Amino acid sequence: MRYRVGQRVRVAARRHEGHHRTPGYVKGKSGSIERVHASFTNPETRAYGSDGLPSQTLYLVGFAQRDLWPEYRGRPSDRISVDVFEHWLEEAE
Amino acid sequence: MSEHDHDHGHDHPHAPITNGDEPAAAPRVRALEELLVEKGVIAREDVRARIDWLVSRSPGDGARLVARAWVDPAFKARLLEDARAAALELGLDPGPSPVVVGVENTADVHHMVVCTLCSCYPRALLGPPPDWYKSLPYRSRAVSDPRGVLSEFGVELDDDVEVRVLDSTADIRYLVIPRRPDGSDGMTEEELASLVTRDSMIGVAEPAAPAPVG
Repeated sequence: MRYRVGQRVRVAARRHEGHHRTPGYVKGKSGSIERVHASFTNPETRAYGSDGLPSQTLYLVGFAQRDLWPEYRGRPSDRISVDVFEHWLEEAE
Repeated sequence: MSEHDHDHGHDHPHAPITNGDEPAAAPRVRALEELLVEKGVIAREDVRARIDWLVSRSPGDGARLVARAWVDPAFKARLLEDARAAALELGLDPGPSPVVVGVENTADVHHMVVCTLCSCYPRALLGPPPDWYKSLPYRSRAVSDPRGVLSEFGVELDDDVEVRVLDSTADIRYLVIPRRPDGSDGMTEEELASLVTRDSMIGVAEPAAPAPVG
């Protein structure tokens, strides 16, 4: 487990051919760790017949809606939380 | 196969998604099932048993969890930490989902759940997801315009309530604990459970109002 609750992280902006569970709308965006769930097998390899090992830690990462959608119409503190695997996260300032 | 070379904001190629009577994936699923049965990987009875289990689930189980959480703060704390363990505690079947997490709506925060990538949903506790939950409009708009979506579902939030959307993109399933309705003091746990609707546990509705006394 590399990240702790409250830490700022950025989701990698990389492309990934094939099955993966990182939604495009958070790629390249920064948020903070809200929850460290547990380790799970990697869906990117499991989807193609492998055992999905090594497991990856899964985090709940919270983003400010206004950081994701420039024209967001809600209040500034509205948030969206997304489950993201550790190998998609980078440290952010 | 029709043209599919326009950019619509994600980065993998796929066949056009249609809204015909039969889902685009149905023929593929049938072929896959045939092959798996033919090769002896699964038996047809396994598929049927799994479908039977899925459709036998109902939001009544989730409602029991919520009603208990409303009357028992210690239970609510456990439900927020690990809904799977909380379900087992009430003798409910939490199903094969690895982790279920409860999230609580309060006077300050309103949660709603979506799966933008497919249709992840706490099926063991809520039954099969409604069709709209799996629809592209809900999946795209719930994340970018949650207040607009909530308004269409009849939920008008005060400006000082924070909206928190949960996108269940991986192994975790989320269950919303809606706010206990005003005027429900003195109701039994069973009566309270009858107020808890499926949609209120997805976070797109408030629970039903108690019938007026007298």
